[in-house]
Amino acid sequence: MRELISANNLHKSFAELHAVKGVTLQVNAGEVVGFLGPNGAGKTTTMRMLTGFLDPSQGNVLLDGFSLADDPLAAQKTFGYLPEGAPAYPEMTVRDYLQFIARARGIPRREIAGKIGEVAGRMHLRGVLDQVIETLSKGFKRRVGIAQAIIHDPPILIMDEPTDGLDPNQKHEVRELIRAMGSTKAIVLSTHILEEVEAVCTRAVVIAAGRVVFDGTPEEFELLAPASVTRNRMDYVFRQLTATAAEVTL
Amino acid sequence: MSPWQVIFRREFRAYFATPLAAVFLVVFLFMSGVFSFSMGGLFERGQADLRSFFQFVPWLFLFLAPALSMRLWAEERRLGTIEVLTTLPIPLWHAVVGKFLAAWFFSLVALALTAPLWMTVSWLGDPDQGVIVAGYIGSAMVAGIFLAIGGFVSALTKNQVIAFVVTIVACFLVLLSGFPLVLNFFRDWMSSGAVDAIASVSVLTHFNSLMRGVVELRDVVYFASGICALMVATTFVVDWRKSA
Repeated sequence: MRELISANNLHKSFAELHAVKGVTLQVNAGEVVGFLGPNGAGKTTTMRMLTGFLDPSQGNVLLDGFSLADDPLAAQKTFGYLPEGAPAYPEMTVRDYLQFIARARGIPRREIAGKIGEVAGRMHLRGVLDQVIETLSKGFKRRVGIAQAIIHDPPILIMDEPTDGLDPNQKHEVRELIRAMGSTKAIVLSTHILEEVEAVCTRAVVIAAGRVVFDGTPEEFELLAPASVTRNRMDYVFRQLTATAAEVTL
Repeated sequence: MSPWQVIFRREFRAYFATPLAAVFLVVFLFMSGVFSFSMGGLFERGQADLRSFFQFVPWLFLFLAPALSMRLWAEERRLGTIEVLTTLPIPLWHAVVGKFLAAWFFSLVALALTAPLWMTVSWLGDPDQGVIVAGYIGSAMVAGIFLAIGGFVSALTKNQVIAFVVTIVACFLVLLSGFPLVLNFFRDWMSSGAVDAIASVSVLTHFNSLMRGVVELRDVVYFASGICALMVATTFVVDWRKSA
């Protein structure tokens, strides 16, 4: 399988805070990685380093073979990115916004309308295409953010909490979509919902206090719980893993 | 379309998505009329020229250009859209230049809408058209340098009000450094070379020579190099502070 994301020994320090302490992550095409961890563990910071929004203090990132530090434009062509909170220009209509992203991504003019129609269909945005983004509900805004990330059909998808703010039906749809895309792409998504990892991810990576404390399949993750724990086994493992990591840093 | 054009288009349209464009144009035209006729005495002077309008242009832009530039980067940071923008596969300087040009082009639209003044004096008399063209060039340059300063300040903060106020102060300083009031203050204790140097960074000194109809290379170089230097500085600041 083709290795699409290769992050080696990423560190990030802000003034006083050493937020990420040596994260190494390889993701192949066909993998959906669920990025888990308590708030403040360094998930968003790591994702920002994977996309080049933040420069790592140490370490490097290769995206489909392109170095983010040496050839940022080639590297940034390889992914779609949904940042935390799904930011979008509030005064634009959904159609204008997607058109802007498509143009900025260099999609040829004659293909743009088709691409917008396609992602609008997949993300169920057809009815709101000409609505101004600030008037949309949280769920629609999130879907606009995802549509923006997949419009150019990138080999890599990086999504910070893609299902946050969606109702159960929308969550289900987005998970189906991610699963479908996951067969060919390398996808990294962060989430707080452990069932989501079980439902869509082929791999779980748990990060706590800036370090990777678990990297394996969701099944392996669950098996870390002793047999005596019969309910909410993933929650139990998550608490164990992240609590010990937090103690180590104290 | 090149990336800067994509950014330019979005930014230019963004002005019209809010009442900002209409408010700006109305205030600009109203104030330029008030200044030219009441304070500048466009009719009373009995001269067929636009001096009474152009002499107030730097002061008009002092307050209005910051209103156009304050949102350029501060808003991107407040909304978080800067994270989308800076992870798109486009060189950062394209975004900086595209945004600046959008604000500049908007101010040129405002200037173009003062054409009725030009038509009036041309109808009433026989003005030196070359001087008027030079005056418009000078006005466009002043708008450009103020917007470039404003874009730079906007990149430093998340808060548009702070960007607005700081930009006014910064523009005021570069405008005023050519005023006799300021220059006389320095003249007492500085060499004449140093005083000339201070006067030479003044927007007003360069604008005044353009307003008199003298299009000199050094004035054009002054504005062009000032704008270019600010574009480079803004690119660095955006890159440095984008996630802050």
